[in-house]
Amino acid sequence: MCLGIPGQIVAITDETRMMAMAEVSGVRREVNVACIALGDLDALVGKWALIHVGFAMSEIDEEEAAKTLEALRGLGEAQETLEAMAEGDKALEGTQ
Amino acid sequence: MRDARVTLSHGGGGKAMRELIETVFTSVFQPDTMEDQARLMNSALQEPGARLAFTTDSFVVDPVEFPGGDIGKIAVCGTVNDLAVGGAKPLWLSAAFIIEEGTEIALLQRIVASMAAEAEKAGVRIVTGDTKVVGRGSADKVFVTTSGVGVIPPGRRLSADQAQVGDMVLVNGMLGDHGAAILAARGDMALSTEVQSDCAGLGHLMEAVLAAAPNTRAARDATRGGVASVLNEIAEAAGTSIQIQETALPLRAEVKGMCEILGLDPLYLANEGTLVLIVPADEAEAALAAMRALPEGKGAVAIGKICEGPRGRVTMQTLFGGQRIVDMLVGEQLPRIC
Amino acid sequence: MKYADEFRDPVAAKALLDEISKVVADIGATAEKPVHIMEICGGHTHAIFRYGLDKLTPAGIEFIHGPGCPVCVLPMSRVDECVELAERPEVIFTTFGDAMRVPGTKKSLMQAKADGADIRMVYSPLDALEIARRNPEREVVFFGLGFETTTPSTALSIQQAAREGLTNFTVFCNHITVPPPILALLQDPHMVLDGFVGPGHVSMVIGTHPYDFIAQDYGKPIVVAGFEPLDLLQSVLMVLEQIRDGRAEVENQYARVVPESGNPVSMAAIADVYEARPTFEWRGLGEIDESGLRIRPKYAAFDAEEKFGIGYGAESRLVAEPEGCACGSVMTGRMKPVQCPQFGKGCTPEMPLGALMVSSEGACAAYYQYGGARAIEPAE
Repeated sequence: MCLGIPGQIVAITDETRMMAMAEVSGVRREVNVACIALGDLDALVGKWALIHVGFAMSEIDEEEAAKTLEALRGLGEAQETLEAMAEGDKALEGTQ
Repeated sequence: MRDARVTLSHGGGGKAMRELIETVFTSVFQPDTMEDQARLMNSALQEPGARLAFTTDSFVVDPVEFPGGDIGKIAVCGTVNDLAVGGAKPLWLSAAFIIEEGTEIALLQRIVASMAAEAEKAGVRIVTGDTKVVGRGSADKVFVTTSGVGVIPPGRRLSADQAQVGDMVLVNGMLGDHGAAILAARGDMALSTEVQSDCAGLGHLMEAVLAAAPNTRAARDATRGGVASVLNEIAEAAGTSIQIQETALPLRAEVKGMCEILGLDPLYLANEGTLVLIVPADEAEAALAAMRALPEGKGAVAIGKICEGPRGRVTMQTLFGGQRIVDMLVGEQLPRIC
Repeated sequence: MKYADEFRDPVAAKALLDEISKVVADIGATAEKPVHIMEICGGHTHAIFRYGLDKLTPAGIEFIHGPGCPVCVLPMSRVDECVELAERPEVIFTTFGDAMRVPGTKKSLMQAKADGADIRMVYSPLDALEIARRNPEREVVFFGLGFETTTPSTALSIQQAAREGLTNFTVFCNHITVPPPILALLQDPHMVLDGFVGPGHVSMVIGTHPYDFIAQDYGKPIVVAGFEPLDLLQSVLMVLEQIRDGRAEVENQYARVVPESGNPVSMAAIADVYEARPTFEWRGLGEIDESGLRIRPKYAAFDAEEKFGIGYGAESRLVAEPEGCACGSVMTGRMKPVQCPQFGKGCTPEMPLGALMVSSEGACAAYYQYGGARAIEPAE
């Protein structure tokens, strides 16, 4: 359960209520940032967070995202190499 | 007009009503006669084998004005499109208005102006009409009903049961823009976006397609229920299956974003200017090229094909080759959080 | 879409699927003797069907769809109470769209709305707060529904209402927690599960430690997973590798969003506003100890149950499940949705009998919508 979607904080809209504008692929919505605020709210602008029911629930850790992606890309590249080799084998078979 | 808003006296049959009709409606639509009926002559109708096409549709939309259009534009485009997708050349429309007491006259004037503009673009005339005024709360500002008459030239036959295995499924552009624009404009979810309704008349586009791809089997206007519902109807009528490709679906980033946030499926979002065409494979390229030459078809693409399989089944090949069924919608699509 | 599209790459998916097949073969799992992996969260169930992952993964894996869909496990009596609240003339009842179609014993919220109740769908409890500010003469009730992911949002909203001194905003609390039903499943002697895909968004709030008992006490692997298809496939692979290696650990595939220790602000808000109920009823699973939350006495003014004298503990509460409904067996993995005699017959998304057919996250609704209804046809 719990539909959540990555959004970028683009502006702080209400300091006292801890509200900010978040953007998800061109769609904007005011969200509460209490859960990801550590002191200065302005520092959040530009950051990405997981948005759920109008709340920024968790700041997205770019380094961790990169690590996961790197592992996945590694697998992807290995796959492409394998496929290219298989194609090559097929081509060779065709010439025999 | 002296009044800024419609009152019940504008529906009373007296001078006030006459003033409303003349200033707001007939001065803009300019029908040939003020009789209760339009009297129409058309040579195309007299051609042997020509058929009369007749359709009607009621329009309610909240809000009545939204990015990319208003209820008047939809009321003209919707009926023009219902005629066009059946292969008819749209000629005449009627327009009936149920107006809520208290509605701004200026709003009515804007709606009427956009109807007139859209009718002119589509090459149709609004030849007869009616107004009624109801008490506050008995309608939501204004409801519009348009009926349309057109002529189907001899020999032209479009219907979903003609679809054959191997035919291509084409659309003329981005999906779901209208539904997304209305969702944002309604404001309940406090989402804002630049997406505009795709509301457009498709008569000229249909003529261009039929000229380029004369064996086109069927066309549908994917309004309520979205592309998914239309595909299900076609597959049912044709007695075949339809397979579409997820990667081929033309979707605007904002529409995707809105769907991700609210947990909606863009295949079920309403459109007001989106055509689904079934075209023989060897005419598909010609149909696409003809559409891309017009502004309302510049995003035209093939999204799938008619294939063998159980009657009425629509499947989608997902991003990585998985399969899922695209069923008819149950009720309306509700935003969800989980 | 950043942080989403990258995790939908088909080439990497194919590589993951190949790896998964290898590990399944290593384990020796087959269609006849599959490994049973439960995805706890309904969001994962939905993603599995949306992307057709069930048809791409080898036959040696059987997904058991877990109890992590708050709408599906909501007892009928609670829906009845919602309707009762919503039909009070002074009340504006606000809810997520998910709850609208859930059947009560007499009607759903959708039907109550048609009958004249002022029911409004909102995206956020913040929107309900705003409705309360704008309608001081009305009572605005928010239907607080969901697991730990959603609980902080209502807790923070209640705190905000308290700060503003709002007197016309209450929450009808039906929040539930993930670990207790998992414990109940693990204690079930009929349990056939070999491992778990853990709920990513619940875990961003509570962290990964609350699952330690699954690995340590019950020897089952669990991998906390994201919601994109690559996240899911990678997590399934990680679970399988643990099974192959004879390990039972709590692993975190979704580290970009889930910190090991969760989110301190969210947890503090939950602890401030809510306390555990001694017991709470789950549709299909029965009463589970300390699995539901209620509003603490210090926030009683914001508790719809207190304010309107309704709810848990009242005698009228106990309502029998509809006859023939096998949701409980499906949820515990003893029965597949299509094996239920009511599936697609007495129970469809149009006329749901059991809860699993209601929400798009419910296993039965997902089966039905994305292929299951027709899975019983001979063609498949």
